[in-house]
Amino acid sequence: MSSASRYGYAGRPPPGRPAYRDRGRSLEKREANVIQMLAPDGTLRADPRFPLDVTPALCRDLFRDMVLARRFDEEALALQRQGELGLWLMALGQEAAQVGSIRAIAAHDHVFPSYREHAAALCRGISPAELLAQWRGIAHSGWDPARYRFHIYSLVLGAQTLHATGYALGVRLDGAPEMVLAYFGDGASSQGDVNEALNWAVVTNAPIVFFCQNNQWAISTATAQQMGAPLHLRAAGFGLDTYFVDGNDALAVHAVTAKASDRVRAGGPPALIEALTYRVAGHSTSDDPRIYRSEAEVDLWRERDPVSRLDTLLRTRGWAGEQYFQQLDEEARKLAEQTRAACLALPDPALEETFRHTFAQEPPLLRREREAMSAYRASFADGPGPVAAAGR
Amino acid sequence: MITLGQALNRGLRAAMTSDPRVVVMGEDVGRLGGVFRVTSGLQKDFGADRVMDTPLAESGIVGTAVGLALRGYRPVCEIQFDGFVYPAFDQIVSQLAKMRARSAGRLALPVVIRIPGSGGIGAVEHHSESNESYFVHTAGLRVVTCATPSDGYTMIQQAVAGDDPVIFYEPKCRYWDKAEVDEQAPLSAAPALHSARTVRGGSDLTLVTYGSMVRPALAAAQIAEEEGRSIEVVDLRSLAPLDLPAVLASVRRTRRAVVVHEAPTTLGLGAEISALLTEHCYFEMEAPVLRVGGYNIPYPPARAEEIYLPDADRILEAIDASLAY
Repeated sequence: MSSASRYGYAGRPPPGRPAYRDRGRSLEKREANVIQMLAPDGTLRADPRFPLDVTPALCRDLFRDMVLARRFDEEALALQRQGELGLWLMALGQEAAQVGSIRAIAAHDHVFPSYREHAAALCRGISPAELLAQWRGIAHSGWDPARYRFHIYSLVLGAQTLHATGYALGVRLDGAPEMVLAYFGDGASSQGDVNEALNWAVVTNAPIVFFCQNNQWAISTATAQQMGAPLHLRAAGFGLDTYFVDGNDALAVHAVTAKASDRVRAGGPPALIEALTYRVAGHSTSDDPRIYRSEAEVDLWRERDPVSRLDTLLRTRGWAGEQYFQQLDEEARKLAEQTRAACLALPDPALEETFRHTFAQEPPLLRREREAMSAYRASFADGPGPVAAAGR
Repeated sequence: MITLGQALNRGLRAAMTSDPRVVVMGEDVGRLGGVFRVTSGLQKDFGADRVMDTPLAESGIVGTAVGLALRGYRPVCEIQFDGFVYPAFDQIVSQLAKMRARSAGRLALPVVIRIPGSGGIGAVEHHSESNESYFVHTAGLRVVTCATPSDGYTMIQQAVAGDDPVIFYEPKCRYWDKAEVDEQAPLSAAPALHSARTVRGGSDLTLVTYGSMVRPALAAAQIAEEEGRSIEVVDLRSLAPLDLPAVLASVRRTRRAVVVHEAPTTLGLGAEISALLTEHCYFEMEAPVLRVGGYNIPYPPARAEEIYLPDADRILEAIDASLAY
């Protein structure tokens, strides 16, 4: 096990930096300050600071969202491996952080995702086809952000945190009852944009909750190499209300997000939630995490799986019967089928569309280029010939 | 036979071996060896103090490289993908490029910024851009690109050895191209870093190109030859400064020029070369300089990139147009 930080982060400290004082402390002790309600073994423990009415229905709903998201994720991975997607970035292991948070905010709250928030996107009603369009390489985004109150993915890390802050500032200027939820990751927190956003939000008292899924790996860079102090402490220094929650505990994430958003709605200050979770798969299908992290570490986090602990709770409390689980299995199977069919049915993009969407009104230069391009392509009887292929 | 990626790796290794002040820094360049594995094995052999995995912050990578250079190191930064260089734009354009001039020559910043650039690999957004013009336009930066393993091996060493900042573009679609590389030849025997190279001789027209487009230009020249046309292909290699004498010498002979690059044509290298040819050999030319480049739109989704990217067919169209002028 290479967990080295006093805050329970995975990975080794950077070369040359003194070892953490309490490197040898047990995991439990290191994570003593993490808000947790549902332990990995399925034990439920209320936290009076974060009141949550833990009903069987709530647990079943969160569980369902997570199971469906995971099945979708697996199908997308299969589609990528079969050459139907150019790239896929799995959310495997982060379902509780996403589902727990997005289900705790209001439908009219606007969300700014990073690029791995597939579970959150599905909860907002975004369809598998809309989610996969970008990764199949037919569009740079697949859904209408206004329809779902869910902004398009940002692949440039952290940029969306400033957009979210500006949007939230607009919400405040409008006197609207909404707030904004901005997702980002541990790697992005090193970007200047993120630190500017945190400061800006406090200075303008923007109604925003920043939600960091600390999945402990930015491609090959462990959190311990990414930051010297945990993000929730850094954010407190900026003046935000901060929370450090077990990101694999859907109930704790839900309770903390509900409280944080209530406070933001009630007048602020803005909040930051650091959800400690784990990127179980590689960064993307192009990544090979075996090069930089141990199987033992991955196994440890598999034991803390967010789905199985809710499964255990539902079964031990008798909050869901066999019929529920069977129906959910069937629903997941159908979702996978729909996902595959929808992916394969996605139409190839027309470059003409990019021309038309570059400006509000297509300028003369672009119009001439587009028309020349179309005429040129039409000049090939059967599309561009083998000459073009040989030339690449 | 080694790939361009391996050639760059060996060139970096040679640079680090010959000068202990050379350090490599960037996101995932250490243990992982970079997402394209160009720095593979360097951290293992040179240690984590010389091959540094940085926090995820491009402005930080370049800004701290400036500081390391001020302290006497020779940093080689990696920007993971072309489209991620913009957070470092201020550090490159206002700081790195200008510090020598601002300090009246008292400060040198021997920093190399490696950028896997251009498209053609079916990547997602921000991973396929040709943004060289921003840096070519900025005084104080040298901008080069390699098209072959051999050039990768020598040019990266020359870039590291120089005393000015160098933006070093690596055409990522060529990382897996293989060729013989003579690692025994002394670096002093290699062509100068800022020299162009004629990769194919011809007498009817000159194709001026670089990086990822050298291969389709050669393919177009080959097809044109079968049609009885003799096409010269010049690989610029250096985009700033340009090897103007080499371009002029070629075009004065062939009297026709077509410039080919992936970047959008507006204010691309083609615009600059066209202007220079107009200034220097207007009366010697038989046709206006034509450009084949990316369309003036954002780089499209992967499944539309083959329409967007110039290919041998589009180059042949321009050749035909020039010769028919």
